[in-house]
Amino acid sequence: MSRIPVAVVGSGNIGTDLVVKLRRSEVLEPVALIGIDPDSDGLRHARKWGLETSAEGVDWLLAHAHRLGVRLAYEATSAAVHAATAPRYAEAGIVAIDLTPAAVGPAVVPPVNLEAHLDAPDVNMITCGGQATIPMVAAVRAVTPVVYAEIVSTVASKSAGPGTRANIDEFTETTAHGLVTIGGADQGKAIIVLNPADPPILMRNTVYCALPEPVDQAAVEASIEAMAATVSAYVPGYRVKGVTFDAGPFGTPGGTAAERVSIFLEVTGRGDYLPPYAGNLDIMTASAVRVGETIAQRRWAASGVPA
Amino acid sequence: MTTEPTTATLEQPAMAPTPAFRLTDSTLRDGSHAVAHRFTPEQVAAIAGALDAAGVPVIEVSHGDGLGGSSFNYGFGSTDQHALIAAAAGAVRRARIAVLLLPGIGLARDLEQVRDLGASIARIATHSTEADIAIQHLRTARDLGMETVGFLMMAHMASPAELLRQARIMEDAGAQCVYVVDSAGAMTPDDIRARVAELRNGLAATTQVGVHAHENLSLSVANSMAALREGAAQIDGCTRGLGAGAGNCPTEVLVAVADRLGMSTGVDPLAIMDVAEDVVRPVQTRPQIVDRSALTLGYAGVYSSFLLHAERAAARFGVDAREILLELGRRKVVGGQEDMIVDVAMELAARP
Repeated sequence: MSRIPVAVVGSGNIGTDLVVKLRRSEVLEPVALIGIDPDSDGLRHARKWGLETSAEGVDWLLAHAHRLGVRLAYEATSAAVHAATAPRYAEAGIVAIDLTPAAVGPAVVPPVNLEAHLDAPDVNMITCGGQATIPMVAAVRAVTPVVYAEIVSTVASKSAGPGTRANIDEFTETTAHGLVTIGGADQGKAIIVLNPADPPILMRNTVYCALPEPVDQAAVEASIEAMAATVSAYVPGYRVKGVTFDAGPFGTPGGTAAERVSIFLEVTGRGDYLPPYAGNLDIMTASAVRVGETIAQRRWAASGVPA
Repeated sequence: MTTEPTTATLEQPAMAPTPAFRLTDSTLRDGSHAVAHRFTPEQVAAIAGALDAAGVPVIEVSHGDGLGGSSFNYGFGSTDQHALIAAAAGAVRRARIAVLLLPGIGLARDLEQVRDLGASIARIATHSTEADIAIQHLRTARDLGMETVGFLMMAHMASPAELLRQARIMEDAGAQCVYVVDSAGAMTPDDIRARVAELRNGLAATTQVGVHAHENLSLSVANSMAALREGAAQIDGCTRGLGAGAGNCPTEVLVAVADRLGMSTGVDPLAIMDVAEDVVRPVQTRPQIVDRSALTLGYAGVYSSFLLHAERAAARFGVDAREILLELGRRKVVGGQEDMIVDVAMELAARP
């Protein structure tokens, strides 16, 4: 199919990395990068790559969306900006994929619940920790009830941006909510740790799932392995380092658990615009590309755009 | 007035001298690590009441990893944290109750509930180079009318100049005191003096400086005394040293040494010795000593609360706990990364 034109709003690290990934997409074509600083490194790169650029924000995009044929916009600005622009995208008929914490639309994790939200005018990418760990909770939940899921995300200090730092509670609460509403656990808790080591560490995640009854461990491991393969198809650096089982009983916030499964994950970034240690940012942009591709294929492939 | 002969030399003068520093006893927070987070409300009430009666001005009560620390990663508390804070608040007459909160683990909104339960001091802890993640929580604490402390952990990993930059971030966010926290028990008196002096000279005169020491290199009392020489105004202790790793600066020793040096603490030395022996000792489940694993924490510069987790992982995967700790030190793992212990133990066990 001919590629669907998309715009990226926000020319910082995330927005620019998104453009690099979108340039490789067979489904989407990045045609514009919009920022607020004409001298930003992201806009300079985008011009070099042949994209239209503007430092005049969303007003410029809405004025030129028709000419550019833009059907989908990635929002990589801030929660406040997206909260303000979301109604304007909707009015213009542009689907918004929101990488900010604004949470205007439903939260999506590609292999878990995207199917249910393909028609939403606006979808939210949750957090990097959520994109890394919710698929694993869902994989365990596919085999056994999970009374409590807990995740620990450790990211390199250098890859934690000012937005995350200023409101770290938003990360933990949003992620914990996703473990329950999307992952399927009865209760959830999320922890984030910043590690300043130099050279920077790769993004690590540990997922603990509390299981009410002893389980068929081989079935749980097989489900984890299958999910890891699904995620690594769109996040190539996603890897399960190990899985362990422990017999309880454990007194968890979701009730007593007979068994616990611990999943150790590592995410190496692809090294596009961001360095490989920033796996936390890479998994956001790679997941967002997958969300855009899926929406484009399902919504527009049948209606005139050849598949 | 009647005076019992045995305490004649300890009788309070007509006008009690102003304490040379403010003592915070963290037995009921750092000590939570040493009892695997299994304090009961009865134990908490007994210890808090006894510390208060001995004259300890501030008592910290929380899960070892702070509010919200109860988890798979750090160990579930056997009693809800709010019940423990309420038990302590209900047992004291003069002492103020402090809580610890690590942004990334606990939430700013947790503070309101514990304030309503009687906690009036919020100690907000981050790794020594990550102070900006505490801005949200320090501001919330001030808005709630709580006294604030910024707690810069693993301070041995930051130079004095870097530590001052971070302390200023906390000060700007509303911290009324910033602590140099030797979480790994890895610092010597010279290391402490350099950092306390840098903060004392670089922060506003109205911002206090504090020190929280661990005993892994048997230097906790010496380090606390070194801090006082450089103008520290707040010092942490744990009665009988009950705390993570080899434990903390023992409150009863700190009080006795300060007394010998002519520094008033407001705490009765004999009374605090009795608290240590009669109230805290029966709660201890393991000897609080500098054994080879605890010494390795200080030697390798590793977060003290990793000790019990590393010993459990060592037994499970058949590796030496010290090898795990040394590897964690090489990888510059920071506080909160308890999940790395099993990860590293698995890797070591898989090596040929």
